[in-house]
Amino acid sequence: MDWSYTPLLFVLPLALMIPIVMLVLTNVLGPKNPSAAKSVPYESGIAPPTSAEQRFPVRFYLVAVSFLLFDVEAVFLFPWAVRFKELGWFGFGVMSIFLAILVLGLVYEWRKGGLEWD
Amino acid sequence: MTLFGNPWLHGFIMGVIVLSGAMGVAAYAVWFERKFAARMQNRPGPTEVGYAGLLQPIADLLKLMQKEHLVPFSADRPLFNLAPVLVVIAPLATLAVIPFGPGWVGSDPSIGLLFALALSSLMVIPIWMAGWASNNKYALLGAMRAAAQAISYEIPLLLAALVPIILSGSFRIGDIVAAQEGGQWFALWPPGPGFLAFVLFFLTSLAESNRIPFDIPEAESELVAGVTTEYSGMIFGLIYLAEYLHTFIASALAALLFLGGWQGPGPDGIHWMMLKTVLIFATIFWIRWSWLRYRADQLMSICWKIFLPLGLVLVMASAIWVHLR
Amino acid sequence: MVTTSTGIDFSKLRQRIGDGLLEETVLLPMPCVRVKRAALAETLQFLRDDPEFRLHQLSELTVVDMLYLREDDRFDVVYLLRNIPNELRVAVKCAIPEEDAWVPTAVGLWAAADWGEREAFDQYGVRFEGHPNLKRILNHHEFVGHPLRKDYDIYRGHWCSEAETLLDELELRRRRFPERRNRTDEDPGETMILNIGPSHPASHGTLRNLVELDGERILYSIPEIGYLHRGFEKSAETHEYNQVVPYTDRLNYLSAISNNVGYIKAVEELCGIEVPPRCQAIRVILCELSRIMDHLVCNGANIVDLGALTNFWYLFNLREKIYNVIEGVTGARLTNSYTRVGGLWNDINDDFVEQTRAVLAEIPQHVDDTLKLVARNRIFLDRTVGVGKISLDDAISYGWVGPCLRGCGLDHDLRKSDPYYGYEQYDFEVPVGHQGDSYDRIMIRFEEIKQSARIVEQALDNLPDGPFRADHPMAYLPDKQSKTYANIEGLVNHFKIVMHGITPPQGEVYSWTEAPNGELGFYIVSDGGMKPYKCKVRPPCFYIYSAFPHIVEGEMIADAVAILGSLNIVAGELDR
Repeated sequence: MDWSYTPLLFVLPLALMIPIVMLVLTNVLGPKNPSAAKSVPYESGIAPPTSAEQRFPVRFYLVAVSFLLFDVEAVFLFPWAVRFKELGWFGFGVMSIFLAILVLGLVYEWRKGGLEWD
Repeated sequence: MTLFGNPWLHGFIMGVIVLSGAMGVAAYAVWFERKFAARMQNRPGPTEVGYAGLLQPIADLLKLMQKEHLVPFSADRPLFNLAPVLVVIAPLATLAVIPFGPGWVGSDPSIGLLFALALSSLMVIPIWMAGWASNNKYALLGAMRAAAQAISYEIPLLLAALVPIILSGSFRIGDIVAAQEGGQWFALWPPGPGFLAFVLFFLTSLAESNRIPFDIPEAESELVAGVTTEYSGMIFGLIYLAEYLHTFIASALAALLFLGGWQGPGPDGIHWMMLKTVLIFATIFWIRWSWLRYRADQLMSICWKIFLPLGLVLVMASAIWVHLR
Repeated sequence: MVTTSTGIDFSKLRQRIGDGLLEETVLLPMPCVRVKRAALAETLQFLRDDPEFRLHQLSELTVVDMLYLREDDRFDVVYLLRNIPNELRVAVKCAIPEEDAWVPTAVGLWAAADWGEREAFDQYGVRFEGHPNLKRILNHHEFVGHPLRKDYDIYRGHWCSEAETLLDELELRRRRFPERRNRTDEDPGETMILNIGPSHPASHGTLRNLVELDGERILYSIPEIGYLHRGFEKSAETHEYNQVVPYTDRLNYLSAISNNVGYIKAVEELCGIEVPPRCQAIRVILCELSRIMDHLVCNGANIVDLGALTNFWYLFNLREKIYNVIEGVTGARLTNSYTRVGGLWNDINDDFVEQTRAVLAEIPQHVDDTLKLVARNRIFLDRTVGVGKISLDDAISYGWVGPCLRGCGLDHDLRKSDPYYGYEQYDFEVPVGHQGDSYDRIMIRFEEIKQSARIVEQALDNLPDGPFRADHPMAYLPDKQSKTYANIEGLVNHFKIVMHGITPPQGEVYSWTEAPNGELGFYIVSDGGMKPYKCKVRPPCFYIYSAFPHIVEGEMIADAVAILGSLNIVAGELDR
């Protein structure tokens, strides 16, 4: 049996403990003098004219979509990277074609202005 | 290998050691940066608490604990409080798979590197959560920038990390270090792609841990404090802590993947690993305190137009290198 | 008063507006025409467009409340116009009655009129018909009354509590520039309305900007100023001439002595006092040291806005060292109050010259350290070159002066074109930019630091001996043993200066100096009393900042911060 994961099993809950303990401690030790002025969201000292929970420009999603594409590509690259000696030149060729298609996509997106983020 | 014979006990003890080590590292990373930055700027830095201000992190911790825990009335309270907790967990758990020397490791599973990369990319979710839950426009803008930056730089980071994986043929960090035996550090050998991959990994790590010149999510002159604008006291300290841990992990990973980890001229061991990590860590702060900050759109175009194509080329080049050898 | 001394011929104007031109007179030292309200718009148009005048800059716009000076029309609206390359200045005055206090707007002629008229309306209640957004600018929007009117008691006040939302101004601007909203054909999503300032790390002092953002890009920017308004001009009217000096410290607090000198120069011109060479040289040295400090802070803070903190310390340490020197002379670091009418508070201290030389020797190292870090840094260039551009014509129309105007490529410096205090004897160069972007403004300031150091060095080399204040009865108290107690003139003189203070003759003067930010003007009206009847400052950054929306609309939010830093807006002189 592979026991190398057991520390991880403990680390995760223990890691959860640290911030929770700190939060509890800060609530115990810290003062509690809430006031209306203190709990207004900070907007440079002026009461916010509009709420912050709103839509934002569509260009942001373009980055997210591109990310999805290329991240999935990286997911395909990972198994290939550790086993590619066994796969040999054939595997290399297949991966090259896969990457070439992706690069074409990147070039298309670049040309179309999808990488202009603002 | 297990201590105490019992794998469960071993796991528990290892977990405790890793976490307390992590807290110490984070606290003293802050001290180190303050001192380092101060010396660069002709100032003494912390000097009051303890010798050379060595107790400063503890004093800061105590101070932060005694601050009021403020939540803006229009914030999403559960999310607002949950986000910093989650932010800290990811780097803390990552540290468990980072080996600092032969045997100096919480756990060295066969997919260690993958685990580390996956956890560090998880950071973006609680950061976004914090930005959204604050119901503050600076936080929202900061979170939007952080998310866009993190997911964009994730890809070149993965591609750069693929190079040592290809060269060594394993996800296990121990194996990757072992493959660099005899001074064949991946940053030096193969000469072209190895070094470029190291540079790429270093730069994208800077971006992932939001350090200058890529610190636009918290750009204090524009967005006040970005995501952390509404956070105060210890709950702010948690996000701060996570950032330092993240930077430390990035330095350690760069040392492991490209600089031969704990191997070095002379006897191998944890001292080499610590030295290399601290050097990279100091370089990050050296850059942070000398350079300026990019603008959001410039940052994105560097990533997509330079780093991403470079990463793809490096992956293919290292694959060809391995095939030809 | 001599009317033809300035040698400007207004016959063409007289032909044009006929008996609309009431009088040709002088507003020291420039010619002044007094016109009827009906002819005002045409006069201004003529003076701007006529090839002989081409007064392309509205240098200052203000109102004088003549309540205690004459019986009829209560207000004089004063326009100070200027052609920069020819160094030609003309004043235009128009008298209007209280019950019908309006004049046509000049917004269409000079962009600077926008804020100038708002200020005049705010302070005096004069309406500018046709102004697109005539509302208060320095005083709070809940304020009642017009504080600079002579019958407004300085001790009156109002409790003002609510901040303005500024959404009305935003709506106005949206309607004025609808094309900015649709700059891309795709749907920009929802826009975000965000307050930057007054309490924001990048708003140097207390500036507020309401911006409408499309993503990270600024569509509209609405600046609101006045958070630091403390009524300098009203205070000046209620204090004796020398007592005003400490108030001037707080104008541009980064270079307090420049303001001291600018103000006192105006009073001296009003009184006709000529200060001795030693006093002039000391004033030049301290003004140039102030300029160095001002630029150090401005550039240091600007680079911090771009994300590099270390440079700030390199520059700030130098500033501290200069302050050590100035502290030795004036006894204060920040608020020096060093000048007095007819001279200085005191002579320089004994080791001033060698201390100053020691500091001068350090300037190149500090500046070069910073320049090494930024000047060829790719990130710095990407963040500043071509960012925050403004054309020369726009800059002039907005009333820009000083380093910011030189950044647009106009080789103009009052120290060269209209030397005062013997600037003509110093050898220095005026750096000029190319395209009016942030980079030019920053680099000009770095170069000016070096040039100012040259001036100081030359002034130290040739520091004249002699008295440090003018031999004038108003300049100092007569010596007790040899004059006050010895003869009756001395006694009377002592009595007069103690009881009545400094009493310049009736009249008015507009005097300017090249302050670190550009032309710092003081317009002083005297009724012959011991207090200024009116004291109007022309702070350079008031008009520079009025162009801020024009520059940043269409830029990214991160650039707006960097542009703001490069303009060197000092809230103390902006808000007065």
